[in-house]
Amino acid sequence: MAGVAREWREIPGRYNLKGTKCGNCGKIFFPARSFCPVCRRASIGKIEEYDICRTGKVFTFSIVHEAPESNNLQKPYVVAMVQTDDGVMITAQLVDVEFDKVEIGMPVRAVLRKLSMDGESGVIRYGYKFVPNN
Amino acid sequence: MDVGIVSYGAYVPRYRIKPEEIGRIWGVDGKGMGKGLMINQKSVPSPDEDVVTIATEAARNMMARVPEVDPKDIGAIYVGSESHPYAVKPTSTIVAEAIEATPAMTAADMEFACKAGTAGIQACMGLVGSGMVKYGVAIGADTSQGAPGDALEYSASAGGAAYLIGSERIIAKINRTMSFTTDTPDFWRREGQPYPKHGGRFTGEPAYFRHITSAAKMMLEAMGTKPEDYNYAVFHQPNGKFPTRVAAQLGFTPEQIQYGLLTPEIGNTYSGAVPLGLANVLDHAKPGERIFVTSYGSGAGSDAFDITVTDEIANYKRDNAPVLEKILADPIYLDYGVYAKFKGKIIMPE
Amino acid sequence: MREVAIIGIGMTKFGELWNKSFRALGIEAGMKAIEDANLSGSEIDGVFIGNLSAGRFINQQHIDALVADYSGMATRHIPATRVEAGGASGGVAFRQGVMAVASGMHDVVMVGGAEKMTDLDDASINSVMDSTADSEWEAEMGATFASLHAMIAQRMIYEGTATREEIASVAVNSHYHGAFNPFAQFKKAVPIETVLRSGPVATPLGMFDTAPISDGAASVILCPLEDAKKYTDSYVKVAASTQASDTLALFQRPDITTYGATVAASQRAYDIAGIKASDISVAEVHDVYSVGGIMALQDLGFYKKGEAGKAMLDGQCHFDSGKVAINTSGGLKARGHPIGATGVAQIVEIAHQLRGTADNRQVKDAKYGLAQNVGGTGSAVTINILEAI
Repeated sequence: MAGVAREWREIPGRYNLKGTKCGNCGKIFFPARSFCPVCRRASIGKIEEYDICRTGKVFTFSIVHEAPESNNLQKPYVVAMVQTDDGVMITAQLVDVEFDKVEIGMPVRAVLRKLSMDGESGVIRYGYKFVPNN
Repeated sequence: MDVGIVSYGAYVPRYRIKPEEIGRIWGVDGKGMGKGLMINQKSVPSPDEDVVTIATEAARNMMARVPEVDPKDIGAIYVGSESHPYAVKPTSTIVAEAIEATPAMTAADMEFACKAGTAGIQACMGLVGSGMVKYGVAIGADTSQGAPGDALEYSASAGGAAYLIGSERIIAKINRTMSFTTDTPDFWRREGQPYPKHGGRFTGEPAYFRHITSAAKMMLEAMGTKPEDYNYAVFHQPNGKFPTRVAAQLGFTPEQIQYGLLTPEIGNTYSGAVPLGLANVLDHAKPGERIFVTSYGSGAGSDAFDITVTDEIANYKRDNAPVLEKILADPIYLDYGVYAKFKGKIIMPE
Repeated sequence: MREVAIIGIGMTKFGELWNKSFRALGIEAGMKAIEDANLSGSEIDGVFIGNLSAGRFINQQHIDALVADYSGMATRHIPATRVEAGGASGGVAFRQGVMAVASGMHDVVMVGGAEKMTDLDDASINSVMDSTADSEWEAEMGATFASLHAMIAQRMIYEGTATREEIASVAVNSHYHGAFNPFAQFKKAVPIETVLRSGPVATPLGMFDTAPISDGAASVILCPLEDAKKYTDSYVKVAASTQASDTLALFQRPDITTYGATVAASQRAYDIAGIKASDISVAEVHDVYSVGGIMALQDLGFYKKGEAGKAMLDGQCHFDSGKVAINTSGGLKARGHPIGATGVAQIVEIAHQLRGTADNRQVKDAKYGLAQNVGGTGSAVTINILEAI
């Protein structure tokens, strides 16, 4: 059974799409980075907290048929790369959508959903997924 | 000080199943069952939804409508449900993180069958009214289970609504709340059991009807009002029949209970039922209108509320989040097999 | 810095080798390479092993020690190093060996790549592969390793860079060649309909776009170019050995339909070797998913963007096409993909082609060959260019 600390540490990102922004060049990071890979040393002390926009558009997607156990009740399911309205790319599942309606460019928004569980007695992991945003 | 609703938000999952489809599996006239219960369909949670995710979505909708409220000013969160994902580990702390209200606040989960949500509203009223907190959040949400083949399978559904209780910029003032509570074992679920049990016809007169009418009459007497003084009434709604009957018994008209009665369209959302009914009323209510609310929770008790919509509702940014009409607009229908899979009723391999 | 030669090559068959343990596979490949190099084995003064995850597949860490021990190196206390870089583990191990000899710190180095995957159940195997992507922000979000490549393919189709058929033809080309390779896991050519109709894995990719789960090992022996003749007349020169990194997660790239690491490493390799892309006669590319083959043809500069698919679909990548031959070994798809072994097996094939020992899949007059080995979704790429002597 996985330990609980790892998922707990990532709650700001997983629940609330908390990222960071380089105060030097303005680049936005999700997941949060403490060091700008472009500015490198020049970014030290200049990294700010940043709330990633929760709406965006589908950039690419795939319908996953061979699924991990955590998605047994929902396969096949859609996974997508979503480009948020502030230009950040996020990879996540796309749910509550009929497969024939999924297309590149469709507007979506982030919601909180169950990602997985450690069996019947372990912790439940929550995180972001996206739903259609008409 | 005046205490009331500063904001509200609702959420119902997108999936539905019809009573005729349920009846088909059990060799029963499902359509007839549905007619008898006054339920046309019920909501079904997706496998990745639970009370945490439903409560979070409702709470986020609630916060979106009051962008001027700093979530850090929320001093308390209570989530009431009878299907919390954990028996021990509160739903309310997860919701609190998801709306960024932590850490300087109190939280707890509540259980009182279908009235855990309104119990939370009362607790928040006390904390706000006493000046202990600036804002309190009360949520009623459920992903209730109906035993396969049981009458409750036609009605047990999923959904929830969240209420931000405060004393500033109130959109609906809660003039009074009163409760009628007794030890009445009409409906229960033992720890570890998947499905509830109930006392059949005992759930009617000595339980639902006694407590709602008693609390309602207490309220009408205390406020010196009559049913016609209210524009809307919301009663607990395990099916469409009970609230229609109790409304008539108390002297409320079908028009008054219309907006507050969602069960025919979404089934019985248990702790979410009255909060959702009230939310649908608030989606339509105008300044000065008065709302009469009485919830019911088995075990048993009823919480009554006398509410007046304020002028502030004209400034309320309701459109920052979807209204219930929009949330309920585009459902996806399931057959019983997918329904059973979604509700975890199929024994999966290890 | 000294120039480096490959003086011996060897590999096991690739496949579901239930009877062979990890140790048995490693030894078999190593012994073949030592024999091929006409060595006794005592000449070797260093060992590098590419292995993705013996720790998870067979619950064995410290693979360096296991290989040193069972290959007879430990009795002489020869240094052994295990390298991991996702699917590029073998290619990176090879480059480490080249650097060891080129620097003068070692004189005869054995490079091996080995993986024993089938001791684990399918779900766990997939979980290991998923962990070569971004475990926390891709795999745990439901993006399986296959679906990441599928999303690349979906975007390429949307942008008009390649059609679904063109992508599928990478697998057809790999199987065409696998039929000629006695060591391949799948030795049967397949028509494109088989690929297009195969069971969906992650749309638009199906079973036949996906490299198999395999066991196997491959090995090569390196020494300074100036010493090669001491051991054998059949050797090839390492003309360039480069490596490039990129972001761990696919979604952090500016363009997901190209592997910037392939472009960077190959451009540097061509420079070092003093050649152009058009000088390459034969190449092993990383078709862990068929779409990777199309990307490689473009990123390596063999074809312009949008043209690679047409060439592949048209059969122009066959060993006898007269154009650059692609995956004459059968590629990852048909030859098999015991992950840590793949990068080294690619070197073995290119060496065969340049020595003229590629049997009935021989590319005529191959002077320069290239091996592209990829980790994750292009997070690490090694490019090794070999030259016929």
